[in-house]
Amino acid sequence: MNDFTDNIPTTSEGYYGDYGGAFVPETLIAALEQLSHEFDAAWADDDFRAEFDRCLREIAGRPSELYFAGRLTEQFGGAKIYLKREDMNHTGAHKINNTLGQALLAKRMGKRRVIAETGAGQHGVATATAAAVFGLECEVYMGTEDIRRQALNVFRMKLLGAKVVPVESGQRTLKDATNEAMRDWMGSVEHTHYILGSVCGPHPFPLMVRQFQRCIGTEARSQMLEVEGRLPDVVVACVGGGSNAAGIFVPMIEDKSVAMVGVEAGGRSLDLGDHAAPLCLGDPGILHGSHSYVLQDADGQTAQVHSVSAGLDYPGVGPEHSYWRDTGRVRYTTCSDDEAIDALMTLCRSEGIIPALESSHAVAEAIKIAPTLKADQIVLVNLSGRGDKDCNEIQEILARREGK
Amino acid sequence: MTDLQNNRLIQTFADLRANGKKTLLPFLTAGYPDSRTTTNMLSEVERRGARICELGVPFSDPIADGPVIQASYTAALDGGFTLAGLFESVREYRATGGPDGGPGGLALLAMVSYSIVYRYGCEKFCADAAAAGFDGLIVPDLPLGQADNFATLAASAGLCNVLLISPTTPQQRRIEIAKASSGFVYFMSVAGITGERTVLPPSTIEAVAELETHTDTPICIGFGISSADMVEEVCGTAEGAIVGSAIIHKINDAVAANAPSRQIVETVGQFVEKLLQPIR
Ligand SMILES: Cc1ncc(COP(=O)(O)O)c(C=O)c1O
Repeated sequence: MNDFTDNIPTTSEGYYGDYGGAFVPETLIAALEQLSHEFDAAWADDDFRAEFDRCLREIAGRPSELYFAGRLTEQFGGAKIYLKREDMNHTGAHKINNTLGQALLAKRMGKRRVIAETGAGQHGVATATAAAVFGLECEVYMGTEDIRRQALNVFRMKLLGAKVVPVESGQRTLKDATNEAMRDWMGSVEHTHYILGSVCGPHPFPLMVRQFQRCIGTEARSQMLEVEGRLPDVVVACVGGGSNAAGIFVPMIEDKSVAMVGVEAGGRSLDLGDHAAPLCLGDPGILHGSHSYVLQDADGQTAQVHSVSAGLDYPGVGPEHSYWRDTGRVRYTTCSDDEAIDALMTLCRSEGIIPALESSHAVAEAIKIAPTLKADQIVLVNLSGRGDKDCNEIQEILARREGK
Repeated sequence: MTDLQNNRLIQTFADLRANGKKTLLPFLTAGYPDSRTTTNMLSEVERRGARICELGVPFSDPIADGPVIQASYTAALDGGFTLAGLFESVREYRATGGPDGGPGGLALLAMVSYSIVYRYGCEKFCADAAAAGFDGLIVPDLPLGQADNFATLAASAGLCNVLLISPTTPQQRRIEIAKASSGFVYFMSVAGITGERTVLPPSTIEAVAELETHTDTPICIGFGISSADMVEEVCGTAEGAIVGSAIIHKINDAVAANAPSRQIVETVGQFVEKLLQPIR
């Protein structure tokens, strides 16, 4: 399982170049230090790693398939398109990899309750699932706008025994749910672990979540070698907080022949307030405890964001992506709401797969890139999740389109 | 480092100490309900006997604050709060906000998120805050160990940098924080967010008494203090009591009752006077 040593310049305080850190109230410092210490010990412990691998296999259903999208490739010409099928995981997205890891860690730390923030609800469902598996109490914070958009996932969480706490502050989406979860944690650290859902937030979360997600890239790398005898030319992933992208990128980051593309939510337009693309259109700043690219106004107030996809509707991004952006290791781009919906339709018809709206952003970029490459080249897409949760939303959008 | 010898906050505590006095640190949200009212509140609390005041700088994502303060931040931002406007108000208070229309004399602290300071530019923020008339900063999400050169930047501008200690802070770190903090040390009475509470954990007072044996810097207690009785209890040991949510709550009630600005100012003044009663 352990593929590469960590040759990425992460300091013990969790900096990736200039980015990262732990800009949090003093109340959380001791808890973060404990968490960091416990995570390092667990990750170095063969028993913990074996148990985590077992959970990935038996609960998440790993390894996920590497699928050659033949009809999609034919339709667009150029490079072969492969899909890493994270949509086939139990609960329908990559999020389960991280929640199983963190729930195991919570158990190991003797915490009896877990909390989480969620946007699309995928991380909430994955947390509720892991909590049920390990017998932990679970509360999930979710903005009321997302509760509206992702009704199916709200019901799934409740069915799994979690309490969904509606968040009315701010824009009532992922950022506001994250604020609320952090507030809860400040008063409950003694018995509660906060299962943060992406490679964001204060150290050690970006590192920890990336390590729990790196199974995606580790598998994809060896599957690719097995099937094609070579590594892909380009790897494409959508970037909300950046966990599915970091998970597939990290195990290949040292493979210089592999180009990497992160796709942010281009939303309605590239004007501030209409998108959620901090790496492409933001500036370095501080949000939710880490130094990273962020969308803010000139006074440092967090900007409004928009994306058709609740999971990408976030003004910040993980610090390691900021590092990759500045060093040029990963190219970041945007995909508009409309392009994402078109890509979703395309994948449904060509491959019989209904992708999540988040993942559709990556698909849209892949079908732009493939035709510019040669037939013996390979584009690998991280298909981070399935679109069942988005069906209501898509139905409304399509009805609106037809009405126009 | 320019020295902080002439710093108003440090001088105020020295003066209080010399007179055997404890103090109250009222917290007001800058720009709530509007910036004119905030400026008038500063004059009012000074007139009622406060020596130090904290101004909360509204932020869209204040993770350390409870619902009452967060709502006041949201209202201030909706009302068009800007940093430029804040600095202007403070300048005005310093010029003519004193009780007799002369210079305002409170020691003023800005409670401000590092998100805001960083975006504005740390050096520029310190310079502009000092020029406007602030005496210190409390940056609650900049704990010891992160961007530690910030205290030096603040001091070069003549500003104290007040650090916070939580009940969850280990003993050795408490001492380090107390050493690094200037002006005073902000001891949070509870682990958690701001908000009113009716009793303080007794362990807080004991912890402050313990810490006082390690530092000469004044220690003030905040988070959850909501009544004159609690101020008295806190000031039995600490050198000051910080009251936030309870004051903002009073403002909320007055705003909800459509009270005119003058009356809101008066309400806050009366409450501050009541809180000051036991430590006069
Ligand atoms: C299917 C799917 N993909 C991607 C994301 C975005 O998160 P991240 O960038 O951390 O992978 C989400 C978040 O909810 C998601 O549900």
